[in-house]
Amino acid sequence: MTKKNLKLIYNNSLVGPGIFFALLFCLPLVGSNYTLAIFTMIGFYALVCIGLTMLTGYAGQISLGHAAFYGIGAYTSAYMTATLGLSPWLAILVGALISALVALLIGIPTFKLKGYYLALATLGFGIIVYTAFKELSSITGGSNGFFGIPSISLFGFEFMTDQSYFYLIWFFVFMALIFSRNIIHSRIGRGLRSIEGSEIAADAVGVNLMKYKLQIFVTSAIFTSISGSLLAHYVTFINPDLFTANTSIYFLIMVIIGGSNSIWGAIVGSATYVLLGELLKHYVPIILPNVGGEFEIVFFGLLLVLTLIYMPNGLVPQFIKIAGKRHKKERSAPIAFSIDTRATGGKTND
Amino acid sequence: MTNKELILSVENLTKVFGGVVAVDNVSFAINKGEIFAVIGPNGAGKTTLFNMITGVLPSSSGNVYFQGKRLTRKKPYQIAQAGITRTFQNLEVFDNMTVVENVMTGAHITMKTNILTAGLRLPTVVKEEVRTMERALQCLKDVGIADFAYEMSDKLPYGSQRLLEIARAAISKPQLILLDEPMAGLNAEESRQLVEVILKMRAEGMTFLFVEHDMETVMSISDRLVVVDNGVKIGEGTPEEIYKNPKVVAAYLGDDEAEEGVSYA
Repeated sequence: MTKKNLKLIYNNSLVGPGIFFALLFCLPLVGSNYTLAIFTMIGFYALVCIGLTMLTGYAGQISLGHAAFYGIGAYTSAYMTATLGLSPWLAILVGALISALVALLIGIPTFKLKGYYLALATLGFGIIVYTAFKELSSITGGSNGFFGIPSISLFGFEFMTDQSYFYLIWFFVFMALIFSRNIIHSRIGRGLRSIEGSEIAADAVGVNLMKYKLQIFVTSAIFTSISGSLLAHYVTFINPDLFTANTSIYFLIMVIIGGSNSIWGAIVGSATYVLLGELLKHYVPIILPNVGGEFEIVFFGLLLVLTLIYMPNGLVPQFIKIAGKRHKKERSAPIAFSIDTRATGGKTND
Repeated sequence: MTNKELILSVENLTKVFGGVVAVDNVSFAINKGEIFAVIGPNGAGKTTLFNMITGVLPSSSGNVYFQGKRLTRKKPYQIAQAGITRTFQNLEVFDNMTVVENVMTGAHITMKTNILTAGLRLPTVVKEEVRTMERALQCLKDVGIADFAYEMSDKLPYGSQRLLEIARAAISKPQLILLDEPMAGLNAEESRQLVEVILKMRAEGMTFLFVEHDMETVMSISDRLVVVDNGVKIGEGTPEEIYKNPKVVAAYLGDDEAEEGVSYA
């Protein structure tokens, strides 16, 4: 009887993700190469943000250092394939393992900190790794960057075109999405959410807070690293500037704009970021011809502030509200606009 | 006291905050199946005592033994894993979850799913989830709030939230449940309901330790109790014995002369 009951609290159906990805996978039929390139980029960010959403929204921890894992994945793949000539798939695995190990080593001391201190510690970590990318030039090519990263192949099929990378990255996003949703709808997910619900009560029912914070941190580092590895093969050229603190901040902005209370927020957030970014690149120089290259961070910074003020749970709950409103149109109870002030994604769990 | 099995013993527990001795050398022992109470006026050190037993506060000296194992310096989650769960005076339900998920979270330590098996959602995970949910619904039925199972927990009335905390504490089948001022904030009907639940669970073999300052409830449901005042144990015994204890009477009625024997920190 209770398998049905379980469905009342957890929707594990594959129908939603199935439809979404089926539609998405039709995109190459209609979209131009430019559109595909944009959606491929969204995929790279979405994979990062899914892990980060679990960390921020469900474990209540803020990381401003995820660009480091993105970079570790990218440089491991670059070095192992271009310099050592090893299999890209092996490189992805090694990159993920290194990232997991680093996350563990960084996480153990850092998660003793809370709120701003945690954010600062991860920011510092990100800067250290960025510096390492720049200075270890015998491996990374330093500031000049790393050229000539070979493409990925699978069973003789070589991933060369935008279209092939589009499918490749979104396949990983799909897997990560299902994997993360499964985690959230389980003992582990309840353990994590209990930390945000009441840390003291979580402790009292026997949830080992540190252990779960760490596990999610490691999981998100692995997702991020895989995304970085795939990115390296896609763009074939990387340099340290792809992995600065700014990148980490953008990741967090995507998560918050999308809404960290839902795993779908990761996809919504990265899509919003990339699409708005493209619009800005097109229209800002037309409207303001003298503006420099830094308008993007100003714009997204502003967007972050507005999001936190007007929709602290991000875009996803807004979509749900709109959908719900259409659903209940007949009843016409005007409650849909009340701002949900519960748990915000970016808040600390103190 | 015949065929009693010792479950928790508190030995010379002391807590010093700066220069203030909040709990001074308090000892007592609880037997399996008992409802044991710690009472005392406000500021007597009850909560401090409670926090030391649950591992929230480290003790300055003294020990707590649970089923022969030393709990001193263990973290709260380790104490829960050892088999002691608790409720809170100022409700601590997980308000970001439904009622039934709250109770399922209480079953955390009885489950085996780890992050990898959860992510892959292996058949064993699904089986465990279904079983846990079944048990959670049963626990909600036991405390009488099964109708609210799928509501968000913060929508529940205050009294029901306390019952929810009890269900959450009970689902892992602990050896001992600690109740921190369980009657605080409840109306007469809610109190009666709570007492009923506690007595029913005790009849099924559960042991309770609770801290309370509502004398009436304490005297009516506890088998034995200790009285603390200014951090010092001033009496121990059955409710009848406590009624006759002059030190206790003095602490509650404020009789200066009868208080002479009490040492202050």
